[in-house]
Amino acid sequence: MINEGMIPLFVAVPLAGAFLAALFKRLGWIPDLLGVLASLFSFCLSLHFILDTAPGASFAVNVGGWGSFPEVMGKVVGIRLVLDGFTVFMLAIVNFVALWVSIYAVGYMKRYTGRWQFYTLFLLMLAGMNGVLITGDMFNMYVFIEIASIASYALVAFGVGKRELEASFKYAVMGGMASLLILLAVVFLYASTGTLNMGDMREILSGTHYSGLVYLVFGLLLTGFGLKAALVPFHAWLPDAHPSAPAPISAMLSGVLIKALGVYTIARIFFDVFGFPHQVSIILLVLAAISMGVGALVALRQWDMKRLLAYSSISQVGYIMLGFGIGTPLGVMGALFHLFNHSMFKSLLFLASGAVEYSTGTRNMKEMGGLNRKMPVTGGTALAGAMSLAGIPPFAGFWSKLVIIVAAVQAHHMKLAAWAALMSIITIVYVFRITRYAFLGELKEKLAGIKEVPLLMRVSLIILALACILGGLVLLPQVRKMFLSPAVRVLIGMGGV
Amino acid sequence: MSKERERGMSVIVKTVTRLTVGLILLYGVYVVLHGHITPGGGFAGGVIIALSFINLDLAFGKRVSSGILSKEGTGVIEAMGALLFLALALIGMKYGIFFKNFMHPDGEPGELVSAGIIPLENIAIALKVGAGLFGIFLTLIAAQKFEAEKK
Repeated sequence: MINEGMIPLFVAVPLAGAFLAALFKRLGWIPDLLGVLASLFSFCLSLHFILDTAPGASFAVNVGGWGSFPEVMGKVVGIRLVLDGFTVFMLAIVNFVALWVSIYAVGYMKRYTGRWQFYTLFLLMLAGMNGVLITGDMFNMYVFIEIASIASYALVAFGVGKRELEASFKYAVMGGMASLLILLAVVFLYASTGTLNMGDMREILSGTHYSGLVYLVFGLLLTGFGLKAALVPFHAWLPDAHPSAPAPISAMLSGVLIKALGVYTIARIFFDVFGFPHQVSIILLVLAAISMGVGALVALRQWDMKRLLAYSSISQVGYIMLGFGIGTPLGVMGALFHLFNHSMFKSLLFLASGAVEYSTGTRNMKEMGGLNRKMPVTGGTALAGAMSLAGIPPFAGFWSKLVIIVAAVQAHHMKLAAWAALMSIITIVYVFRITRYAFLGELKEKLAGIKEVPLLMRVSLIILALACILGGLVLLPQVRKMFLSPAVRVLIGMGGV
Repeated sequence: MSKERERGMSVIVKTVTRLTVGLILLYGVYVVLHGHITPGGGFAGGVIIALSFINLDLAFGKRVSSGILSKEGTGVIEAMGALLFLALALIGMKYGIFFKNFMHPDGEPGELVSAGIIPLENIAIALKVGAGLFGIFLTLIAAQKFEAEKK
């Protein structure tokens, strides 16, 4: 039974879970249970929309029944929630990662006080991300971006140490700047089109010659969403913010938050609303090339495991943006596929680094070594994630990078293709530093007493590792038709909002 | 500052507060209940209600205000307000649409009972905003006291 009335539940259920967790904070295990149940529900709902609908079907629901009226020339006056192929693709990724992160957090967060605050903020962040994905209204999207961002500022500061507070402050200032620019862009768009609904906006803008105001909007949106996605000139907050958060939140931030708030919004607005203008394509390609290079080269010199992974995120977002910047169907498919893979392996690697920190108490790779002997599950799963990140053939990351590079060659961007290939070699180098220094080699004496992490944490690691190993199967025609192709079709202009 | 907070402020402030604080609270309630027909609404009314509590706290010291509403209590009321709002939105789904205005759809514009669930939503927002703002105030005050003691 498919009912488009169920779309608002993607936001409502995590929101209810968040406030119930705040209400039942005295009962020790209730917040944990609520965190897992709410993300499980969202994941099942997104699976339900993938499996039980025709591929590429699109649903819309007008909140409160405020649809279009003849008095306003058929424009939509209220908030319209839209669920199409691209939305459901992102929803499945976000909620899958959120589910396993919340299960991991049940074990990991035992060390912290005030766990109910963690789950409240976690679920608020999830509600915000789901809201960004399902909304078809510009201003509503801004509101959900703010919900997710503000929850993440608080989560980065969750440890309340000096470094965490500094990172959170930096993140809050730059994120607030980004939100301001996005709001300004929404205001200008409303001024020039007279509507906030994305579908109406596209119809008004298509066929007209873009005015100077719209070009200003391009700049504002690219800067604002670039800040949220941590593309290179706007990346300075990420290497501080992502390592400072507790490991489950690092995994959420790097794995899905920058994609839901930055990458998804860029793709949705520039492809779906503006029809992907040529100027934007060039800007995206340049930013992507710089991001890939700077992220990978700086990651080479890091000794803090989570900081290395954070820089690697910047580099990998560059790959995703390269695919989008090429703009051909193959490029977009490569970008979306790499987005999926990056969510899996980066959340896995952040969770694994959290497991290492949980057992050894350090993130410095110089103090580690030989952890494979004591923590075989963490070591093995981290290896799977690392192989996928490095792009070693049978693993999922290889296929997505291959698709992106092939798309670049087909679009005659030879230099970019060569640059992407070169940077993936550098990726291999820094990824092997993790496995070499942390998991292989001699076991340090003072680490002789460490133990493997608890069961729930191991289960999450194993599931995400399986997703990294089997992720390449998404390219199989049967799976692709259901999961990846509808999302690509939305973006290249064959059905959408 | 911390000692002053225990005892409250001078007799003049206490007397004026005693006279006005009820009116402030009442005005906040008025703004909330008339949110759908006059300027203001749940957010503005909630802020005014929170201000009446803050006024009490500043004038009489924390013992009086925390006797009425503690920091724990603000958290509970805040969560209840949010859940009430969400519940109203979800009950609408029973009638077909998220946020469906299912009560009194045939009201006379300008009357107090004319806007269906919107006054109820205003009350929910007022609970959330009022309790949230007062909770933030109490948290900031606690931090200030902590810093004063450290000096």
